[in-house]
Amino acid sequence: MAAISREEVAHLARLSRLAVTEEELDTFAGQLDVILQAVAQVGEVAAADIPPTSHSVPLTNIFREDVVTPCLTPEEALSGAPDAEDQRFRVPRILSEDVAS
Amino acid sequence: MSDLISMTATEIAALVAGGETSAVEVTQAHLDRIAAVDDRVHAFLHVDTEGALAAARAVDERRAAGEELGPLAGVPVAVKDVLATRGVPTTVGSKILEGWRPPYDATIVQRLREAGTVMLGKTNMDEFAMGSSTEYSAYGPTHNPWDLSRIPGGSGGGSAAALAAYEAPLAIGSDTGGSIRQPGAVTGTVGAKPTYGGTSRYGLVAFSSSLDTPGPCARTVLDAALLHQVIGGHDPRDSTSIPQPVPDVVAAAKLGATGDLTGVRLGIVTEFVGEGAEPGVMAAFRESVDALTKMGAEVVEVSCPTFAYALPAYYLIAPSECSSNLARFDGVRFGLRVGDDGNRSLEEVMSLTREAGFGPEVKRRIMIGTYALSSGYYDAYYGQAQKVRTLITRDFTAAFERVDALISPTTPSVAFPMGARTADPYQMYLADLYTIPTNLYGGPGISVPCGLSEGLPVGLQVMAPTMADDRMYRVAAALESAVGTFTPPTL
Repeated sequence: MAAISREEVAHLARLSRLAVTEEELDTFAGQLDVILQAVAQVGEVAAADIPPTSHSVPLTNIFREDVVTPCLTPEEALSGAPDAEDQRFRVPRILSEDVAS
Repeated sequence: MSDLISMTATEIAALVAGGETSAVEVTQAHLDRIAAVDDRVHAFLHVDTEGALAAARAVDERRAAGEELGPLAGVPVAVKDVLATRGVPTTVGSKILEGWRPPYDATIVQRLREAGTVMLGKTNMDEFAMGSSTEYSAYGPTHNPWDLSRIPGGSGGGSAAALAAYEAPLAIGSDTGGSIRQPGAVTGTVGAKPTYGGTSRYGLVAFSSSLDTPGPCARTVLDAALLHQVIGGHDPRDSTSIPQPVPDVVAAAKLGATGDLTGVRLGIVTEFVGEGAEPGVMAAFRESVDALTKMGAEVVEVSCPTFAYALPAYYLIAPSECSSNLARFDGVRFGLRVGDDGNRSLEEVMSLTREAGFGPEVKRRIMIGTYALSSGYYDAYYGQAQKVRTLITRDFTAAFERVDALISPTTPSVAFPMGARTADPYQMYLADLYTIPTNLYGGPGISVPCGLSEGLPVGLQVMAPTMADDRMYRVAAALESAVGTFTPPTL
């Protein structure tokens, strides 16, 4: 049985903000199914009482001294932006037409 | 071939320091080599000719002024395109960052500059460091200098190929699941993944933040150690950076080069010497084990039963972290923006931008990660993978109570032909079977050339406990002293 359907892959693509094509959906559905069936092997390990590891370095609450250090100028920070205006990142409209008007 | 390009970094630095050659001459020789062979190898995405010559001139001026130079001053280095370089294009092998010139240097790049090394340019890689062959680069594949029809490994195939093709004596890579060690193995070069947190991630474009580890690539173990010493150590700008000095990897490499391993206990990972590896790889590995034994090492087999589940655990953890990390590529702050016609919403523009900017493997991993983290699947996939990660760490800890370091082949196979695995993404994942456990544990690992199979290089991997990077350099240097280095056919 397939681990994941074409419809589920389409849903994942929407969640992932990827405007995938119909052709890509066909390809990805098969490939993701193979991958998910393979990685599901982790379920074979008896690990009910095992604590999870998110990270290998036992460091917590790392803060720096509260001192001013040099940082990027607004021009530098905006230098890679696709669109900028008045020292700010310019974005496409966020609200729909009827709300915005 | 010019003598300057066939030298080790150690030799070049000595000649520059002694005034027998200049950093400019050395740099020009490597730039000439790149011009002569890189149309066939395609190790570089960007060659910074002017920047390199300016850096070289600065070293020569400092020497002329009587300033003391560092141990790698004047030595050219190629930097994987995953590290931010101020004013120099940084693409991560992706169309989504095409043309981006970072306004700052990664900590490692800054340390390379301060040490007087000369950055030649940026090397090719699988997009966002996701891949094992460099075929997933959006800018075309890199070719293995041993056989141009074969892959140079990945994701850091550009850095490894640049070394094997004598385009650079040193290179920087990054290793999330084997991206330094596996390319090292299949190109006959040395690649070291430091202890996680031993090298700074500041300015490294993030893929899987709990695993990503930048590190050194070279043609000899001592050169790798010298580079490791220059780039390693605590960085307050990386909150997972370990606040301890780098273990003395240079002294360890020199000690190993004496060829004496008396008192060193090595464990062969039972699970990695079974039927999975090619016979030619196993033959080279077994001969190397004999060589290590002859030098005085005590070699036993050590079983690490959970390592069998490292690959599936990794391909849940890494995509999960990637799906979160790559959310920043939204077409707002840097890189590509597609479809912004004044009518489309932010969400539509974001989806069109990411669709156009990411390649297939990156999309697959983002979607796998999104799936593994979604409610209903989290416990069975991401949560379970994190528990397996704990068990893998326990296997390492138990093994290191018995032995000083673990050894295995670095990869199950020699360099495979280009195109052989691109149609089957899971087959591509299997190239990292032996390198992944180290990343999940967080310890250091190194691949050192150990022989040839069918005329192609084979690597031996040494894995050591966390912050015992010096141990793996000692063993690797000892093996190198016994088996020598390997030179590919003339390009």
